[in-house]
Order: sequence, then C-alpha cells, then structure tokens
Amino acid sequence: MKTDKLREKLFNRRAAIIAGGQLALFAGLGARMYYLQVLQAERYRTLAEDNRINLRLLAPPRGYILDRFGEPIAVNVQNYRIVIIREQVENIGATLERLDGLLETGTVDKKRVLRDAKRRRAFVPITVAENLSWGEVSRLEVNAPDLPGVSIEVGLSRFYPLGPAVAHVIGYVASVSEKDLTGDPLLELPGFRIGKSGIERRYDAALRGKAGNSQVEVNAFGRVIRELRREEGEAGREVSLTLDIELQSFAADRLAQEKSAAAVVMDPHRGDILAMVSSPGFNPNAFSEGLSNDEWRHLVRDPHSPLSNKAIAGLYAPGSTFKVVVALAALEAGISPEHSAHCRGYMKLGDRRFHCWKKHGHGRVAMVDAIRESCDIWFYDVALKIGVDRFAAMARRLGLGSKHEFDISGEKSGLIPTRDWKKATLGSSWQKGETVIAAIGQGYVLATPMQLAVMTSRLINGGYAVKPRLTREKIEADFTAPIPDPTFPSLDIPEPHRQLVMQAMDQVVNHARGTARRSRMKDPSMAMGGKTGTSQVRRISMAERESGVRKNREKPWRERDHALFIGFAPVAAPQYVAAVVVEHGGGGSKVAAPIARDLLEKAQQRDSARSGKPGDLAANELDPEGHLR
Amino acid sequence: MMRARNSSELRLSQKFWQVNWPLVLLVIVIASIGFAMLYSAANGSFKPWASKQMTVFGVGLVMMLIIAVIDIRFWLRYAYVFYAFSVGLLVFVEFFGVVRNHAKRWIDLEIIQLQPSEFMKVTLVLVLARYFHRLNIEDIGRPHYLVVPLLLIAAPVLLVQRQPDLGTALFLVLCGGAMFFLAGVRIWKFVVVMTAAVVAVPVGWSFLLDYQKSRILTFLSPDRDPLGEGYHILQSKIALGSGGMFGRGFLKGTQSHLNFLPERQTDFIFTMLAEEFGLAGGLGLLGLYALVILYGFSIALRSQNQFGRLLAMGVIVLFFLYAFINIAMVMGLVPVVGLPLPLISFGGTAMITVLAGFGFLICASIHRDIRIGRHGDGS
Repeated sequence: MKTDKLREKLFNRRAAIIAGGQLALFAGLGARMYYLQVLQAERYRTLAEDNRINLRLLAPPRGYILDRFGEPIAVNVQNYRIVIIREQVENIGATLERLDGLLETGTVDKKRVLRDAKRRRAFVPITVAENLSWGEVSRLEVNAPDLPGVSIEVGLSRFYPLGPAVAHVIGYVASVSEKDLTGDPLLELPGFRIGKSGIERRYDAALRGKAGNSQVEVNAFGRVIRELRREEGEAGREVSLTLDIELQSFAADRLAQEKSAAAVVMDPHRGDILAMVSSPGFNPNAFSEGLSNDEWRHLVRDPHSPLSNKAIAGLYAPGSTFKVVVALAALEAGISPEHSAHCRGYMKLGDRRFHCWKKHGHGRVAMVDAIRESCDIWFYDVALKIGVDRFAAMARRLGLGSKHEFDISGEKSGLIPTRDWKKATLGSSWQKGETVIAAIGQGYVLATPMQLAVMTSRLINGGYAVKPRLTREKIEADFTAPIPDPTFPSLDIPEPHRQLVMQAMDQVVNHARGTARRSRMKDPSMAMGGKTGTSQVRRISMAERESGVRKNREKPWRERDHALFIGFAPVAAPQYVAAVVVEHGGGGSKVAAPIARDLLEKAQQRDSARSGKPGDLAANELDPEGHLR
Repeated sequence: MMRARNSSELRLSQKFWQVNWPLVLLVIVIASIGFAMLYSAANGSFKPWASKQMTVFGVGLVMMLIIAVIDIRFWLRYAYVFYAFSVGLLVFVEFFGVVRNHAKRWIDLEIIQLQPSEFMKVTLVLVLARYFHRLNIEDIGRPHYLVVPLLLIAAPVLLVQRQPDLGTALFLVLCGGAMFFLAGVRIWKFVVVMTAAVVAVPVGWSFLLDYQKSRILTFLSPDRDPLGEGYHILQSKIALGSGGMFGRGFLKGTQSHLNFLPERQTDFIFTMLAEEFGLAGGLGLLGLYALVILYGFSIALRSQNQFGRLLAMGVIVLFFLYAFINIAMVMGLVPVVGLPLPLISFGGTAMITVLAGFGFLICASIHRDIRIGRHGDGS
C-alpha cells in the first residue's frame, strides 16, 4: 500500500509536469498565432490579395480617322478570334491540330503559336486565329467542351472603308513587334495593333487611347470567379484630316488607269492636302488582319512598288515643270520677259548639241511663248546667262530640294544641284552643259510630286512659303486642339513676275498653241492653268537621234519618259493646286495633264457641293484675287 | 475497502450518471466547430464532408459511451489482446494494404477504409497502461522491466515506419515515451536517451551523402509534394496571417475558397478556421483543447488505480500530440506530416480513435474508485 501511495504521488507529479508542459506549448502556439495574425497580418493580407486579385487590361477602342467633312477614313469593326491559354491546355499540339480541322485550312499558323506559347507566360492568352467567319465561330462553339483552354473573343479590328485609296496616307496597323514594346502594358495584350505607317503611326499615341482595367478574383488555378472592379479605359481620340475623301477616292480611281502614278491636290493658301494618292495602292485592311508571306512577297516584288508612297517618296526629274522656277529666277536676275531666243531645234555649246523637244525648232520665242510651248532653247539661253546657283536658289525658295516635315514620314528631300553641291559631293567642278540640262529639270534635279505641288502653291498663292499639312489640329496623346490658319512668310517674289508666269501657265492650257491645250476645262469658269513636263529616264544618244527618236509606245515600260503636270484652278482666283506624275507614262501633255484636269475639275465641283459645311475652304476668307487674307 | 467494492458494482444507470457530461459536451462543441468548418470547406454545403463527418461522429459518440461504461477491469484484462489485434492489422496492411499517396496505410473494407496505425495509437496507450499498472515503484527502477514495454513500442513503430510513415512512428515513440515518464521511469534515463539522440542525429547527418539526406528529408514526410510543399506552407501562413484578429468571416476565407490552401478539409482545416475567424477563433479552439486537457488531467489525478491514471493521462497525451503537431505544422513550425486536427479534420479513423480515447478517459473516471490488483483482480 505504501509503495502504491508513493507511485501515485510520483504519477501526480509527472502528470502535472506533462499537463503544464502541454499548456505551455499551447501558449507557444498562441504566441505564434499572434505573430502571424496580428504582427504580420498586414503583410499576409497583402499576399492573400495578390493571390486572388488579377488585374486584366481592357483595350480601348482605337480612335477614328475622319476626313475634313467628318467622313470616316478609318473605323473599327467587330472581329472574332480564337485564343488559347497554355496552362489550361493539356496538349497544345493536339489542340492546334483539332482547331486546324475545325477552321478553314491554313488559318492556324502552328509554328507561330507554339513560338508565342513558349515565349509568353503560361496564363497569357495567345491568339491562334483571327477574323473568323460565322461558320467557324459556330463550329467552335459546338466543339467547345472538347477544347479546354480555348476560347473565342470578340475584339475590334481596324477597317478602312476606302481600302487602297487611302493606304499610303493613312498607313495601316499591325501586330506589335518586339521593338515596339515601350512599357505600355497595352502593347502586351494579345491581338493589340499599333500604327505602323502613315497617319496611323504618326498619331498612334492619340489614336491608341488609354487602357482600362478590370480587377478579377481568380482561384488557385487562374479561373476567374468574378469581377471586382472595372475601370473603363479612355477611347482613342478622333483625328480629323484635311483630306477630302471623295476627291481622294476619285483621284485613286483616276490614277488606277495608269500603271504607276502619284498625285497631290492641295489648297495653295493654307497648305491643306485635299488628296494624296500613290498608285498602285495596297489593301491596308489586309495588314490589320495579318498578311500572309505570299501576299507580302507579292507586294514587295511588284515592279510598280505599291508599298511606297510615291507622292512624297518618289523622286522624279521635274522636266519642263521646272521651267517655272527658271523663268522666275531669270526675271529676278533682270532678264526682260521680252528677251528672246531663236530656236532652231538645238543649241550648240562647245562641240555639244543640246536639243529642243521640237525637232525643227520654235523660231523666235520670248518668255511667255517659251513657257507656253515649252521651248527648251530659250531656257538654255537664259540659264547660261544667270547660272545654275541663281535658279537653284529660287527652286529652294519655292520648296524644292528639302523635306517639308509634315504629318507623315517617309518623305524624300529631292535634289537641287548647285556648284558647291557638286564640288562637295562629286568632287568635280560644275560644267556649263549641266546648267543647260538642269534648266529643263533634267540631270541632277529631282523632286517629289508633293514638292511640285508646294512649288506651284507658292507661286500661285501670292508668293508665300506655304507648308503642306494633313491635319488642322494639334494632336497629342491626351488632347487635340484646332490650329488657326497659319500665316506664311513672303518669298518676296515681285508681283509682276508672278503674274507673268501665271499668265504663261494659263496659256499652256488655254492658248491655241499651249502644250496642254487638249486638256482644258469644258467650263471656262473652272479654267485651269499649268505646266507640262516630260522627263527622260535615260539619255537619248546621238545615234538614236539620227535614226529618229523612238516613240514612247515603242520603248519598254521601264525606259519610257515620266509624264508630269503641275496645275492650278480656277485661273481667275486659284483655290486648288494639283501635281501629277505618271511614271513612264509618256508625254506630260498627253498623259499627266488630263489627269490634273480631272482632279481640279472634281475639286471645284466638290466646292459647290459642300459650301457652308464645316471644312469648306471658305471663300470669304480670301481677297478678290484669291489670296489668303 | 467497502466503498471500493460498492462502486465496482455500480449499475448501468448509475454509471451513466457518472459519465463526465461536461467533457462530453466539450467534445460535442469542438466537433460542431469541425462540422461548421467542413460546411465552409465545401463552400457552404453539408456535402460531401460535413454530413459524413456528423454520421461518423454520432457512431463514435455511442461507441465512446459504450467503452466508458464497460468495467475498466475488462479493458485491463484484454489490453494485450487489443494490442495484438492492432499489431495484427498493421501486419495485414503490410501484405494487403491499399497504396495511396505512395504509402501503404489503409485497409479497404469496401464501405470504409481503415487506417490501423491510428487505432494503434490508442491501443499502445492501453497496453502500456496495462503493463506499468503491474509494476511497483521498485520494479520501475530495474532496467530489465523496461525491455518488454520497449518491445511493445518498437513493434508497431517498425511496422508503421515500413509503410512508410515516419510521422506516425515518431508519434508512437513520443506517446510511448510519455507513458514511460508517467509510469515513473527515472529522469536521468530520459536524459541519457535524449542526449544520445541529439548527439547521434547531427553526427550521423554529417556522414550522409547529399542524395541520402534528401532521401531522408523525403522520408520524413513522404506524401509531401516535392515541388509544392513550400508552396503549401506559404499559402497556409498567408491564409492564417490574412485572417487577422477577427478573421474574414464564415465562408469568406479567400485563401481557402479559391483553392490556394491545400487539403482544407483535412490537414489544413485549422488554417481555414484561423482565416475565417482570426486570432479570436484560433485561440478559442486552443482554449477548448486546453479545457479538455485540464479535464483529463483532473480525471487522472482522481483515479485510485494506476491503470486508470495511466490510461487517462495517456489519452490526454495522445490528444495533445494530435492537436499540437497539426497546429504547429500549419503554422510552419514543424515539417509537414499528415496528421489530422482532432475532432475537426475530416476523416473517420482518426475521429473514431480520438473518441475511443475519450471513452477510455471517461471509463477511468467512472471507475476511479475501483482498486485493481496487479493482475486485474479487485485486490
């Protein structure tokens, strides 16, 4: 019994130790809980929120691009696309195989999808195919249960109702490439498009808008449980252009009759570009849908270079259109308009002969006659008298030989040669024969159709250094503001000189002996003035001349002359200027002048159709002579 | 002596009066918290867990009361038989067990699956109480008397370890060690064993090659997901911490309901409780557990026979180890071992085991005044 008592006492002591120890350990657990749930609560709360809340970007709709009357040039249309989320797909290869079977053949670019799948994070949706047809969408919906991780999304895609007619000016949008990534999270959204050229690129920041976001609750597997908060983004801004879309598409149709051509129609007073077309065009919608390799190769290899905007990037010898510049320079240099030269069909300089386009010569011509009939000999004579640097300076004042840096990029600066230029770049001194050739816009002289339009505008508008523009607004990423009509500095061309040259240009079209007489307007109130130009692509050799110059029609296309025309209308109070270049088109009077006539006629017809509407080139702002007040 | 004899002849109705109803109430309250958590774990549904758990609990509660009213001498007399039966089940598992999560632990009985290692825990307490009941204070001091109980512990430990389930094996060792301690084995013997172990572990560890170390780490918790274990504990801590003082509200734990928390109905159910009810809820449950321990402790103190004392305190140790290891695990204090939270985690075998343990505890309380001879006779 005694030992039992001892045993009981020992047990009680030890049981107390154990019970006490247990309570102490429980207290330890409580302390740990306090540490986690009170002291560290905030940190873990944040981690828990990070776990469950996913921020998803919402792409804002891209801003529309409108013409001067508010007509749409670029809009957004609904577009169905398939996306897959890698982490939800069991076997990506097999899934793509199945999708391929359900869609039109060739829609799924498996290689690209697999590459994207490797590169992007597992939960980022990857676009498999876009622009699905209704049939494809419904087939996919039916098969949806067998395709985990595959879903159909509705997005907006860019659409250009006028297609190729606006391609070069507006540009196009396409998928974001690695080098486009700037940190804007929008750019990482699948299927997001950014402007890649033209207006779309220049004003991408404004057109793009601001991303919205949606906070969603997700579970551990990434499935969205519900939306917690939604912040709508800011739609892209509308961008209004100076273009007149009807004139633009008319011009595009008209130029499409030739193989390769470019034209610019502008307001000579404000510099507003009303139409700018390069033909052939390309379909910008194909770019936003994603171009196939074949289509791309086709575009690049086309000898008529549809991807290049020839209106600003095509360099052409201006030919006889340059005579306007030489005439102004001669008058400024003190040469009398009555100064005359005798044209026998050629001029001898040293032992070389320089020919006039008219084989048997014009006889005795003064300045106005020389412009009207495009006599080369008078200009050879005058050019030798004043020297290349004088008319080169005039050319530069009129806007040739340099870029105008307006809304779209890709502009070429052209070339106006001078003595110094030749010394500096070619290292040899200037030859007299080169002056002669430059005087008729050949040789080194190069200009773009845009520059020819600016040159003509500066002559027509009273001698102001007008600059071209495609919008009348200041467009920034977060605001747009109208720009008041600009005032341009005067070029200090004496009024009589201007009037004389314009009178000669009037005669080019409206005089019985003018080179563009066949292209005059039917309605005399719309009468156009202008200057033809035919520029040789290659030199005519002596042998060829002797055996008789071949007609353009007989030459291969590549060797034919470029046809040019610069024009303005109406003659009485000019409001529109047009410059037309038809690559290898033949004679300026025969090919380019009729196009310019049609464009200027259409522009004037549009006038009456839109009087009073916003965007009208309000006539009351102009003085009776048609100059901007 | 007369008093003892009288109480040994309590009638069944009297025994029911003697049942520690406050303890039963405490058990029901804790289990009900479990039902609520299982209801929440199923996103506000009794199916599939809460309803099943309630059924098991109902059956277990009846079983507990039956165990409690059966004469304590019956348990004493057949302790070795139960032990042998449990060891037999473990051997059976060794040959015919069902493999789940890379471990062979279960016996498939068509309707239910049994985990004999759970039963082993309570039978080990029973058999050690039986053995030490026989020894007087002088016997305990003699080392050769400790050989048999050591073998009693070693047999199931080795069998369980082969499954492999080192967590449960260590659990059995701790449980057995506590019984040795309660029986009165000298402190210095524990000190020697523990010192030897403490010295042996790092020395042995340093002689191991890297791949062996990693094998042992995996062996320590074989059913851990090699890639995801760190993730699970981190998610568990995030869930706990985000609960804060008063929790995120019933059914509103984001970590649990959005599946960031693994095994929220079983091993990590405490985390869900702490996420939804915060520090208040967690400490509340800890408090209830502490009350159970104190209650058991008082039963052990009042028992007039060594068998009852050891049995009561053994059950308490068992209960404590379940709760402590599980809660310490979900808070990242001990490595992940698949151990349920007693009375709360979903799972039949553990629930039955714990309720059987309480049955023995109450049994010891009802029969506290019986004096039992060394061999089970009423001496």
